[in-house]
Amino acid sequence: MITLENVSKTYDAGAHYAVREVSLRVEEGETLALVGSSGCGKTTTLKMINRLTEPTSGRIEIGGRDVLKADPVELRRGVGYVIQGVGLFPHWNVARNIGAVPRLLGWPRAKIDARVDELLHLVGMEPARYRDRAPRELSGGQRQRVGVARALAARPGVMLMDEPFGALDPVTRDTLHDELVVIRKKLNLTIVLVTHDMTEALLLADRIAVMHEGRVLRIGAPRELLRHAGDPFVESMLATPRRQAERLESLAHAPGGGGPDNGAPDAGDAR
Amino acid sequence: MSLDAYADQLRLLPEYLGKHMQLTLTALGVGIALSLPASLLAVRIAPLRAALLTTASVIQTVPSLALLALMVPLLGGRIGFVPAAIALVLYSALPIVRNTITGVQGVDRAVVEAARGIGMTPRQVLLRVELPLAAPVIIAGVRTSTVWVVGIATLSTPVGATSLGNYIFSGLQTRNMSAIVVGCVAAAVLAITLDALIRLMEAAASRKSVRLGVAAAIGLAVVIGGSLAPVVGDGFGRGAERGERVRIGAKTFTEQYILARVIAQRVEGAGLRAETIESLGSTVLFDAIAAGTIGVCVDYAGTIWANHMGRDDAPDPERIVEEVGAWLLREHGVVSLGPLGFENTYALAMRRDDAERLGVRTIEDLALHASSLTVAGDYEFFARPEWAALLQRYGLSFADRRSMDSTLMYGAVAEGQVDVIGAFSTDGRLNAYDLVVLDDVRNAFPPYDALLMLSARAASDERLVAALLPLVRAIDDEAMRHANMLVDVDRRTVDEAARTLAETVGD
Repeated sequence: MITLENVSKTYDAGAHYAVREVSLRVEEGETLALVGSSGCGKTTTLKMINRLTEPTSGRIEIGGRDVLKADPVELRRGVGYVIQGVGLFPHWNVARNIGAVPRLLGWPRAKIDARVDELLHLVGMEPARYRDRAPRELSGGQRQRVGVARALAARPGVMLMDEPFGALDPVTRDTLHDELVVIRKKLNLTIVLVTHDMTEALLLADRIAVMHEGRVLRIGAPRELLRHAGDPFVESMLATPRRQAERLESLAHAPGGGGPDNGAPDAGDAR
Repeated sequence: MSLDAYADQLRLLPEYLGKHMQLTLTALGVGIALSLPASLLAVRIAPLRAALLTTASVIQTVPSLALLALMVPLLGGRIGFVPAAIALVLYSALPIVRNTITGVQGVDRAVVEAARGIGMTPRQVLLRVELPLAAPVIIAGVRTSTVWVVGIATLSTPVGATSLGNYIFSGLQTRNMSAIVVGCVAAAVLAITLDALIRLMEAAASRKSVRLGVAAAIGLAVVIGGSLAPVVGDGFGRGAERGERVRIGAKTFTEQYILARVIAQRVEGAGLRAETIESLGSTVLFDAIAAGTIGVCVDYAGTIWANHMGRDDAPDPERIVEEVGAWLLREHGVVSLGPLGFENTYALAMRRDDAERLGVRTIEDLALHASSLTVAGDYEFFARPEWAALLQRYGLSFADRRSMDSTLMYGAVAEGQVDVIGAFSTDGRLNAYDLVVLDDVRNAFPPYDALLMLSARAASDERLVAALLPLVRAIDDEAMRHANMLVDVDRRTVDEAARTLAETVGD
């Protein structure tokens, strides 16, 4: 369980706020998506949870423990972190990347090796085949799987994910979405997921917090948001997935069963 | 140039190369040990980063020869290995500092963020992620540094540190092409070899190849061990200071080389151990004898009179010799044993045909034509007080003036590239090139009697003084000019000339 109370961040002594008075609560086993356009403060909010960014004011707790009073290094070792663009260590092979946190924690070698294999299985990669590979020898999707495996290595209850699927092609992204759903159920993970892609948030999250200019405009389950946006900006964020869904729907039910030639607009023009 | 000439030079290679390697390795080792941690600290601390980069860059803009020479007075007149090594350490800094800082800063921010995000301490981020990823850039900096230091170490000869530069400096002064070639080629080969071996080590590390690593280690061991072996007994450059050797200093011209050998022969003849340190800068030599880091040298009364005592009058030679001797003892504790008997004065010289055509016999005559003539002098000539006195007393004003190496100016005037030179009166090339010396009728140049000078400590050694006293008033102008000519014109070695000159001294 993660709680944020009136958390703010300013880099210029209050002239501007990157994050302003944000209060959130993420229940155990829940996935919360932080959604918004770039610069809205969603990544800053995420990084304050594991103190990669120090809040200017407010209170943050993970499992009842005051994050701001914890040792930041120890805190981060206990929280899974998946970064935008993966951030695998290019000079380490897959096994070493995945075993990074257990090694920092001083696990015995054999235990780390066993854990690495277990995690590779979990993310659907054959250990014998991938263990010794360098990150540059992997596809984008494989790298992201290793990134998730690395975040999970020390069995954290909480995982922070910053645009984890941003750089992937749609098919890979879709596959990884499904896998993440399975993994989080299996491990009962509490996840905070930052994304600018509302469709991704709607499909993955239990609840969505829409952020704009440092503030949370609205929090709710996907269904609630779709039924009642409650705010013009939130509505505009939802417009794209809605239109896409409608067009796909109309395409499927269009008379003649042909392609875009039949007058239905090309899905690619949806934006 | 015969093969024999090269064989002669190659015999000196073990010593010069070994000393050069000592200097290079020490400077690089200390340089890396200081620059690398400082740069790593600076990566994190922005003000330190700016300060460090600026300092390293500023040091780099100081001409290397000047930086080396500056170390001598900064270290209180100490010459040899230490000032040279310190200057080289300073010089080695920039590539290491710059590459370390840019290398670490250039590491993918996402990777560093991930390292922090998974709970690495700042130190772990640095050691496990940033440094390994920046290593190729840092090593490239070390390689650049290595090549620079090997090259610039050749310039440590004028501050009294033996290096491959001894070939180059003495070769330039005595026009010994084979010495210059051997010195340059050896320095270049050393630089390329060290660079290649570091690259090999880097490749071994990045490919985790034990075979390459072993090859690189063997290569380094052979190159370093092989070149250090001949000088290993010297205890890394300090041996000369520890042992009871008499250090004889010489400036950068033929006469000084010859006299240093003559003195060394006498010192050894008296059962003492001698060490000659050649090609020292003029002020470096003076600082060194004043500080006692050099025991014996020959300097010229007029030089001390004008440059160090700041006098511009020119009384008779006997009085100058006397006053200079008293001043040396009073101000610096340096003992003048007395004049050697010859005078090596600065003199203006020109081609005989020019002089006859223009009807110039004295500097007074020259003043009438100077405005259309070009004058050349050695590096210090135009900065010396005598030059100012000369211009003022004769109202001289030349069309142009050029500083050049003293060995080149005789040829330059003979070939008509310049019209007048500030020559040395004992130089054999005055005769060889048929140059005429113009009379200094208004005594702008003080007398330049060569003085045999001892540091305070050397002067307290009675055996040494007894060995050197016979040299006083034993070498006349003719004997000195002849010895110089043997080297500069007849292409004989300095040792041969020294033996010839020593014979005229007798015992």
